[in-house]
Amino acid sequence: MRKNIPALILIAAGIAAVAAGICLDQHTDVLAKAIRICMECVGIG
Amino acid sequence: MGKKRTIIQALSAILCNANIKGFFTGQIYTGATKSVCVPGLNCYSCPGAVGACPIGSLQTFLTGLKFKVPYYVVGLLIFFGAVLGRAVCGFLCPFGFLQDILFKIPFFKKNRFKGDRILRYLKYVILALFVIILPFTFKLTPFFCKYICPSGTIAGLLLSAADPRVRPMLGNLFEQKLVILGIILSASLIVWRPFCKYLCPLGAIYGFFNKAALYRMDLSKDKCISCGKCAGVCNMNIDPSRTPNSMECIRCGECVKACPAGALVCGFIRQDASQKKSEEVV
Ligand code: SF4
Ligand code: SF4
Repeated sequence: MRKNIPALILIAAGIAAVAAGICLDQHTDVLAKAIRICMECVGIG
Repeated sequence: MGKKRTIIQALSAILCNANIKGFFTGQIYTGATKSVCVPGLNCYSCPGAVGACPIGSLQTFLTGLKFKVPYYVVGLLIFFGAVLGRAVCGFLCPFGFLQDILFKIPFFKKNRFKGDRILRYLKYVILALFVIILPFTFKLTPFFCKYICPSGTIAGLLLSAADPRVRPMLGNLFEQKLVILGIILSASLIVWRPFCKYLCPLGAIYGFFNKAALYRMDLSKDKCISCGKCAGVCNMNIDPSRTPNSMECIRCGECVKACPAGALVCGFIRQDASQKKSEEVV
């Protein structure tokens, strides 16, 4: 039986990228954007 | 699959927008869960949203004056894509769910028409231009969010309904976005998921993963009797007997249900699951 190797490689790559992002504090950049009303998104401009 | 899928869609929409208080106060959620992107399209400025929008977050990095490679957001997109592919669209995305509901309303339906194929490419243009190139080139402006995203417009409507102070701030841009939202929602009464088919950059991204994702579809060629029933029921206008892992397939499962020969399987299956099944039958 063949395992889905490409998916497993992609999952590992995704987790590695997320980990790299967290080390670079990128999750706090996301948080900072997400906790303020995005004027462009809601159509204020 | 139909009922089960609807329940999962409803739960996902509620979970992504669990800040119920926000719908009444107009205050958006500011807790730590907002540092994580949800898999589907759900504006982070929606008063109910408890997570971040992946497309909005991606643009945040690209529009920054100091460029940062968006490892975190891209990593999450790769992760969601590799596990689920466009099953995110079929099961988890609140805006996809909204379109499913609208299509259920009895109205004139025309889901197959000339031009449908060519229009599908538009979402890749939107992804390249409005999500990546324009925000990266002009900085500080998330072009997709600002000029297209219907989820953001709904967030604006909900905010202004809850907080009267927001209303005077809504001007021309909001009116333009309202027209786009109106067109998408009205088209959803006639065509199944027009936003997903033609416009959504997130669906375009997840489509690239359909061939590799853990959640996938397999066809037993030796079981298939080429009756065309699967293609007949597919609202995304795919023929799963030819392309079971098409980039357009949102894994709704209708074709699997319709197949009289049990030739299609869909789910977290091994790559050769259907082959094995048919070998057992032989
Ligand atoms: S295509 Fe976009 S809007 Fe449609 S279900 Fe997928 S992520 Fe949601
Ligand atoms: S191919 Fe099947 S699972 Fe995919 S969208 Fe069409 S009916 Fe749904």
